[in-house]
Amino acid sequence: MERIEEKLMILADAAKYDVSCSSSGSKRKNIGGIGDASSSGICHTYTEDGRCVSLLKILLTNHCIYDCAFCVSRKSNDVKRAAFTAEEVVDLTMNFYRRNYIEGLFLSSGIFKNADFTMERLLCIVKKLRLEERYNGYIHLKTIPGASEELIQEAGLYVDRMSINLEMPTEAGLKLVAPEKSHDAVRKPLQFVNTKIQTFQNEKKLIKHTPTFVPAGQSTQMVIGATPENDWEIMSVADEFYKKYQLKRVYYSGYIPINNSDAFLPQIGTNPPLIRENRLYQTDWLLRFYNFNLNEILNPAFTQLDLDIDPKLSWALRNLHLFPVDVNTADYQTIIRVPGIGRQSAMKIVSARKYGSLREYQLKKMGIAFNRAKHFIICADSAVSLGFKYAPQLKNIILQTGNSKYKLQTPENQLKLF
Amino acid sequence: MNYVFDGSYYGFLCCVFECFEMKEWQAVPVDENRFQPDIFQPHRTIFTDVDKAQRIQKGLKSKFGKSLTDDMYRAFLSEDLLAWQAAYHVMVQLFKGQTNVLENFGDSQVLYFHQTLKKVSRERHRMKAFIRFSKSNDGLFYALIEPDFNVLPLILSFFKNRYADQPWIIYDAKRKYGFYYDTITISEIEIDTTEQKNLQSTGLTIALDERDELFKRLWKQYFKSTNIEARKNMKLHLQHVPKRYWKYLIEKQK
Repeated sequence: MERIEEKLMILADAAKYDVSCSSSGSKRKNIGGIGDASSSGICHTYTEDGRCVSLLKILLTNHCIYDCAFCVSRKSNDVKRAAFTAEEVVDLTMNFYRRNYIEGLFLSSGIFKNADFTMERLLCIVKKLRLEERYNGYIHLKTIPGASEELIQEAGLYVDRMSINLEMPTEAGLKLVAPEKSHDAVRKPLQFVNTKIQTFQNEKKLIKHTPTFVPAGQSTQMVIGATPENDWEIMSVADEFYKKYQLKRVYYSGYIPINNSDAFLPQIGTNPPLIRENRLYQTDWLLRFYNFNLNEILNPAFTQLDLDIDPKLSWALRNLHLFPVDVNTADYQTIIRVPGIGRQSAMKIVSARKYGSLREYQLKKMGIAFNRAKHFIICADSAVSLGFKYAPQLKNIILQTGNSKYKLQTPENQLKLF
Repeated sequence: MNYVFDGSYYGFLCCVFECFEMKEWQAVPVDENRFQPDIFQPHRTIFTDVDKAQRIQKGLKSKFGKSLTDDMYRAFLSEDLLAWQAAYHVMVQLFKGQTNVLENFGDSQVLYFHQTLKKVSRERHRMKAFIRFSKSNDGLFYALIEPDFNVLPLILSFFKNRYADQPWIIYDAKRKYGFYYDTITISEIEIDTTEQKNLQSTGLTIALDERDELFKRLWKQYFKSTNIEARKNMKLHLQHVPKRYWKYLIEKQK
């Protein structure tokens, strides 16, 4: 095995816990060179864990001065260390890109020496790609917390997306696993970059040739399941960050145990909380695309999402007085709140009903999850329902007729006899 | 009434023309290669007339805009007879004056038309993602594909814009044609069967760039390393990368 292969193995392995892989949101054009950004993003392949691969996601180095308990590259962890040279990163990126393997580069790094020193190295690679190789593809760069604003601003002129990870949902949780880090160190650069983005966008309205600055916006990531925060706390933080820093995405990453040295973390062999992670993403989507308020889905009285049913269904079951909804008269905003109906189907319903009342068979064809939705809607030919169903009853019916991959092995309300 | 046409896009448009000329609103277009005569259904052969077809195309463009005109072509590229009939139905309705027929998702033909567009668009997007170029020793990047639908014409501008400074060939092995880009213009290429046999018998005729093997190996290595074993989910993997595409995906080869 050549050394470059070994380095790629080590540094891709260390970078894979960063889940962000989106390559969307940038409209960078090819200006006399190679590459452009596809605004919808392109996933070039998917690994066997089902996650998309659109960017070459690597660390510049996994040498790190910090000792964060949840991180593979922590100082005290006994793993092979490696570091790419700037030329190697550029060579890999360009050759993968030219063969259409990847959509761009995701560059992160362990902190060596200090924040500024690391940030400078990252910036140097990005500039090499843009200026020497005339590369116009996607670049996602990690902002190194604590790096100087001049460096961050300069980087922003060359990259498409920047991100800093919150790591743990709450300050208390973070102090537990990474005493040297703080949420403030994340908030400050997020705030700084966000202000800059706004400034550049305003300038663009007046002067057409304003350079782009982080056109695909910022994102962050939280590890879940390592520290004891509940779903309500996690989503409150996400909600706040979406609103305050206009983040494009908040990623939730189920904690995967890497060693047994800290007793307070889940130990090796514990399954990562995949279902919980999925439910958090669903909630995230409801907040951003379905006009839900966080306190409708999670609040101090209801702090943990159901694992066996999705958050929209769970909300509907707690608010049965709002249903059934007549799909032939209700407005779009009401229809998208029906479990089993998404935005696309709701759009189709609103558009199609101008041509005549909609019937069940038409809704089924449009692609709604009819088994779930039928309890919450009325169509032109719906049978008159016989009596009111209580929420637990309804939940059971839906769970039994559906074939959700998340079905619990035993129903909650019935104990096994033997 | 069945309209039997030659299977070309212009032939398809001529069926619409014929329908209005003869006022045969119940007619259905059928591709001659897939046509089976039916005693209960009369049929007529429609000859492809470029002028007529272009009149239909112009009419579509001026009345309903470019994107809808393109949609008709995209639906046609699905090579699905039912989708062709749905597109034909939509066109006839449009020209008859039902200008918002496309909003009627309750109509099964209209819905099928939309679903076909979605399928074609998904395949087009997949090809943007799954094409893997190999580099030959003279600097040419070439790739083979076998898409479900005939989407090659839809992805050319994407590759032209993105890989503007490198010559490339994308060849559809299923439909036996491809396109060559010489860093200035794109031209269509065809390899006929005798040529293909020659190519196969002489073995690899294209010598690879000396570092091409290395980058293929590195890509496979990256694909392996970036996978998280604890999260393994083959069902999801197969859903995103169906087996029929593996043939040309370097990372899925042994």
